[in-house]
Amino acid sequence: MDQHEHSQEHGEGTHIVSYARYIMIWIGLVMLTGTTVALSGMDLGRWIILTALTIASIKTTLVLSIFMHLKFEDKMYRYFVLIAGSTFLIFISLTFFDYAFR
Amino acid sequence: MSSEVATATTQGHTHRDDAGTKLGMWLFLFTELILFGGLFIIYAVYRFSHGAEFELAANELDRLVGTVNTIILLTSSLTVAMSITAIQEGKKNLTLLLVGMTVVLAFAFLLNKYFEWDHKIVAGIYPGSPDLINKPQGVILYFGLYYVMTGLHALHVIIGMVVLVVMMFFVKNGTIHKGSFVRLEAGALYWHLVDIIWIFLFPLFYLLH
Repeated sequence: MDQHEHSQEHGEGTHIVSYARYIMIWIGLVMLTGTTVALSGMDLGRWIILTALTIASIKTTLVLSIFMHLKFEDKMYRYFVLIAGSTFLIFISLTFFDYAFR
Repeated sequence: MSSEVATATTQGHTHRDDAGTKLGMWLFLFTELILFGGLFIIYAVYRFSHGAEFELAANELDRLVGTVNTIILLTSSLTVAMSITAIQEGKKNLTLLLVGMTVVLAFAFLLNKYFEWDHKIVAGIYPGSPDLINKPQGVILYFGLYYVMTGLHALHVIIGMVVLVVMMFFVKNGTIHKGSFVRLEAGALYWHLVDIIWIFLFPLFYLLH
């Protein structure tokens, strides 16, 4: 009974991501950080929060999908993260429905 | 095939459920989302009601320190992600080096944070300080949230460091190896979550104008 027999225990986790790919993602993350800092220096008025949160969400998606391997895992993990994230968004929107129209 | 695997598991090896371990870690991360999510909702509501004062207060923070700390955390996420590839390739020393670099970067982040807080506290800006009490309501709320949210995040950085140091011991003594590295994966997942929380804290506290 050698190691290969047990490959099932590792499931999808055995996917190996190359160092180069990780470094590319890191470069992307640093560039997005630079973009968000540069944009914050401009006078975007009300749009500033929206652009900042959009860039933060793109960065989070990169970290989740590559660094945290969601892209290579069983689809189930993706659904779970989606459900958790949507639940949080619903909490925030319901709070504002209450608060903004008071 | 599957029965073969089952017998193999019961006969020669202790039972292991890597998928379950990883799923458990993800479920724990979702509870962290609720923990920080609550604070983010409080932040959102107060920023909505005290927008101008939040911007005034944010001018007190050093944007450069925040940016440097962001780069430090992103890099630490890179090194811990690369350590998974290293252990998958069976390179023990490289794994130790990469996880070690992550711990060093985490320490650099905390050191930066320490000087930043120290600077604020010396300037008389801390919860309940006489200087802060006389400022507008929005400024008091901003710094209250600043200390609670970055403080809770810093606590997570400390916990993450401890977890990763323990993982280094596991790699060193062979508990974590090429054929079994789910512990390191779980530790890395926790570290990436700490990074993601900072990705949102950074623009919300440092980049208001």
